[in-house]
Amino acid sequence: MIRFSEVYKRYPGGGDALKNVGFRLATGEMAFLTGHSGAGKSTLLKLITAIERPTRGQVWIGQENISKIAHRKVPFLRRRIGIIFQDHKLLHDRTVFDNVALPLVVAGLRHQDIRRRVRAALDKVGLLRKERNYPLQLSGGEQQRVGIARAVVGKPPLLLADEPTGNLDPSLSLEIMDLFAEFNRVGVAVLIASHDLELIKQLGYRQLVLSEGELVAGGDSR
Amino acid sequence: MRPWLIRHLQVFFYSLGQLWRSPWGTLMSVAVIAISLVLPTALYLALEVVDDLSGQWHSGAEISLFLEPEVSDQAAINLAKKINQRPQVASVDYISATAALEEFRQKSGFGVALDLLDKNPLPGLLRVLPKDNQLSSIQAKAWLLEFSALPEVDQAEYDYAWVQRLQAMVQIGQRLGLIFSILLGGGVVLIIGNTIRLAIFSRRQEIEINKLIGATNGFIRRPFLYSGMQQGALGGLFALAMIYAALSLLAPAVVRLAGTYQSEFTLQIVGWIELLLLPLLGGALGWAGAWLAVGRHLREIEPG
Repeated sequence: MIRFSEVYKRYPGGGDALKNVGFRLATGEMAFLTGHSGAGKSTLLKLITAIERPTRGQVWIGQENISKIAHRKVPFLRRRIGIIFQDHKLLHDRTVFDNVALPLVVAGLRHQDIRRRVRAALDKVGLLRKERNYPLQLSGGEQQRVGIARAVVGKPPLLLADEPTGNLDPSLSLEIMDLFAEFNRVGVAVLIASHDLELIKQLGYRQLVLSEGELVAGGDSR
Repeated sequence: MRPWLIRHLQVFFYSLGQLWRSPWGTLMSVAVIAISLVLPTALYLALEVVDDLSGQWHSGAEISLFLEPEVSDQAAINLAKKINQRPQVASVDYISATAALEEFRQKSGFGVALDLLDKNPLPGLLRVLPKDNQLSSIQAKAWLLEFSALPEVDQAEYDYAWVQRLQAMVQIGQRLGLIFSILLGGGVVLIIGNTIRLAIFSRRQEIEINKLIGATNGFIRRPFLYSGMQQGALGGLFALAMIYAALSLLAPAVVRLAGTYQSEFTLQIVGWIELLLLPLLGGALGWAGAWLAVGRHLREIEPG
């Protein structure tokens, strides 16, 4: 699903954010991306979503090499990836339903289909009763679940999560991780950046460990 | 309905709703746009009226010879024949003092007052129509000198000169109108561009999120373009209302003025189609302004 091959990323005026990173994430696989802050986790996720381009090396998503992807193709890449953020990135002036519907509206689905799929996604994260609420009326954990529903509503083959449990207490964090595991069981590949090592150990999925821009564990064995 | 049409309609009503939700801001920019559109339109309409009026004198390229009161009908007719023999003269009409008085009595409504006069105050008149539709001013001057030197003629007048002057002024006015239109049209574009720019910045986060979940630039652009177009078109509608209000205030006064000149002239110069152009023009200018703002600023907003 994801393949990094000898990827370097250097920001102008800075050092190497990523150095010679190589790994694969198989279709339907779930893994964690760990490391200290500043180790390059965010940069790696930005390369996958084409927010940044690698300085050297190749990034493959599915069958597509996105190292030099054209601007106009980026939206269609992003529609195949569900992204979950630490700060949820919800629109506060729209209801839960409208927030979750956004990726489908963007993709131009028909109204009836949008309705059906949004409700299915909200049902999966257990928030169907709150579809008419506004995000600020929900708790932090609930807001994160709205974010997850929005990420999965388009049925992408790949989910990316950037510190999805950063602001949540341990029991809520476990709930959220269970939710990811559930999507993984139905064949969605999941990559979660997190530094909640306790929780990760508990769950027992593969770990990619970044340290100062280098992949020190879980990468390609070369 | 086709899906793309539905999507466009959705965006159309969505951006209308956005305008409705901030009524004061919308009202302000729409009012500014309306005023910018009213000014050149009013100028254009005023020129249209003047042009219309001067057109009525367009055929007045003739020379009037007012005869001395003691010239008899026979002498006047002889003079008319003599002048008519000139190669450049198309025709000469003689209007006797009696006929002139009769005409004046009918048209002016001063009949009773005229009866009180013991003698006809009006002179006889020869109307000389040149072959060329318009005399050059030099030629006209030469003729006037020549005719006024005739013993039978009291006064010779060529009343086309002021029409020419008026038309020249109308032309200057039209140029001015064009310049105003361009300047104020540019103003509308910039006003809307700025409004849209502010809207883009206030919805920065929304744009970022949309980009992250796979919105194309076209999708993100669309509501802003619609918003600009709607503000422009609303401004055009407001301008239309203002002009109608102004015309209905002016019309009775104009009719009264025209009445004193025995003219049937009324303020009916603008057809519906011409006025529908205003909202259309406003919409187009708004679209252009939004396009400018969107082109400049949407690219700057990238998720990072």
